[in-house]
Amino acid sequence: MESAAASYVSLADLKSSGNALAVTNEAPSHSGCGTKGGEGKASCGTSGGPDDMPSHIWDKVKNHPCYSEEAHHHYARMHVAVAPACNIQCNYCNRKYDCSNESRPGVVSQKLTPEQAVKKVVAVASEIPQMTVLGVAGPGDSLANPKKTFDTFRMLQEQAPDIKLCLSTNGLALPDLVDEICKYNIDHVTITINMVDPEIGAKIYPWIFWDHKRVTGVEASRILHEQQMKGLEMLTARGVLTKINSVLIPGINDAHMIEVNKAVKERGAFLHNIMPLISEAEHGTVFGLTGQRGPTAQELKAVQDACMGGANLMRHCRQCRADAVGLLGEDRSAEFTLDKIDEMEVVYDLDRRRSYQERVEAERQAQHAAKIEALSATEVNELTKDIKVLVAVATTGGGRVNQHFGHADEFQIFEVSAGEALFVGHRRVDLYCQGGYGEDEQLPSIVNAINDCHAVLVSKIGACPRDELVGAGIDPVDRYADEFIEKAALSWFADYTGRVARGEITHVPRGDASIRQGAFTAAA
Amino acid sequence: MSLKIVANLCTGCSACEPECPNDAISELKNIFVIDPAKCTECEGDFDDPQCLSVCPIDDCILPLETEAAA
Ligand code: SF4
Ligand code: SF4
Ligand code: SF4
Repeated sequence: MESAAASYVSLADLKSSGNALAVTNEAPSHSGCGTKGGEGKASCGTSGGPDDMPSHIWDKVKNHPCYSEEAHHHYARMHVAVAPACNIQCNYCNRKYDCSNESRPGVVSQKLTPEQAVKKVVAVASEIPQMTVLGVAGPGDSLANPKKTFDTFRMLQEQAPDIKLCLSTNGLALPDLVDEICKYNIDHVTITINMVDPEIGAKIYPWIFWDHKRVTGVEASRILHEQQMKGLEMLTARGVLTKINSVLIPGINDAHMIEVNKAVKERGAFLHNIMPLISEAEHGTVFGLTGQRGPTAQELKAVQDACMGGANLMRHCRQCRADAVGLLGEDRSAEFTLDKIDEMEVVYDLDRRRSYQERVEAERQAQHAAKIEALSATEVNELTKDIKVLVAVATTGGGRVNQHFGHADEFQIFEVSAGEALFVGHRRVDLYCQGGYGEDEQLPSIVNAINDCHAVLVSKIGACPRDELVGAGIDPVDRYADEFIEKAALSWFADYTGRVARGEITHVPRGDASIRQGAFTAAA
Repeated sequence: MSLKIVANLCTGCSACEPECPNDAISELKNIFVIDPAKCTECEGDFDDPQCLSVCPIDDCILPLETEAAA
């Protein structure tokens, strides 16, 4: 059995090809869990990512929207709500309602039996070839009632073997079920870990149900913590990729997050996803009622930046609803309610899915090539070489600047400097344009959401919002419509720094931005 | 001697169902109910009633007597 640390893939390994530390162990034990997902083989060494990680890991992540930044532009996942039971209570979760934090809704979402869930997944996958990942993430804990979760996976594997499987858990029951997980070839597991110190945990978890008892206080968090660490180590030892979700709660675990990052890194976590607490009184959560606030955009980014050297950070999580269907962020679940599925003739067309995925692979390589080209074209000027700014991008996917400002319900945020354009996250906003008319009262909230950005790249923008953005000091840019995002961002940056260097404008840093409250649901 | 699930508080999360040592809990139109003939309040099996310990909703599971007396 290899050690936990040996299969750890660091951010540096993934991000900078210059740093030739690829991975410390080339032969993880795959004895228990085989890798799945042979669709759309990426030719190693040509698209972004594969140069920097061993092929068995790239194979696992390349079509997974939650693990690969490139994949989430092209592929989609869906979650089915088959496992509503939970075995712990979190202060940010009110189980009467859809949870706004993790992808863990309550009763509002449609609860499905494993049979119904499998039919829904097959129906969606036949309609939407991008659908490559099925997750069981709740409502509740996928392992609190493991039979429903595993029945779903087993049946789906028989009917649609190319779909990747993943599950999310709080970790309490994980160590006992690792063998079962390996049996079903589930190669992605998400564990929500908010602390590695039970004293801090006691402020987050009022109780757990453990060994036939309700356990409270520090003792509850101590047990939870031990189970989480043990479960993570066991998954790492068996070569199962793990993502750690952490909810950033200002004043409770913000200063502690770097310890969490260190602990999960040591135990082989593949990704660490630090997400903001979403807390509003009307959610009826303990935190909502005590007035515990969520972090601002810059607070979140500061903690994410501080953890950069640790476990590979994932910044594109949108905290979407567990039963969202479609490309990440775009909710198509209304098209697939149970009644509609019952009426559908479902033919699972593997060939159509394959050809789509081949097209995507070609598109992804073009995107990567454009990025390399843009990078080589940027000139570094002595005066402006230290400038680093954020830009917001409106995109419908495919890695291009291709969305109208008024149609964007979220912006992708890129951190741009002379050397790179790095994807750092999303900002959700309320739709500005509804039914052809701009909603003027929405505009200030959009400006707030991207207030820390110097520019917003869009395919088109109306005159009114343009003036308003300029007034707020954000440059609205539509001249890169349909270009690849990184290329557009770097071109804009070269132009911007050029003007700064020539003294036409002065570079001033921007302020903070606010995180939109409320779970992301449908676009309309 | 039995517990009872308050119908308008139950979220139908199903956490209680598999914990019952007597199979007394079943689903009925998206919520869960306890069969008073089967429920022993877990006596002889566990120190605490299992359904009550795992249920996430305060006061969702109560003694049957309280209900009858009220
Ligand atoms: S909530 Fe986050 S982890 Fe879940 S599917 Fe969305 S992006 Fe992926
Ligand atoms: S108290 Fe015990 S026996 Fe009665 S329903 Fe609850 S779990 Fe079952
Ligand atoms: S645990 Fe409580 S809320 Fe959940 S189904 Fe049982 S009685 Fe209802």
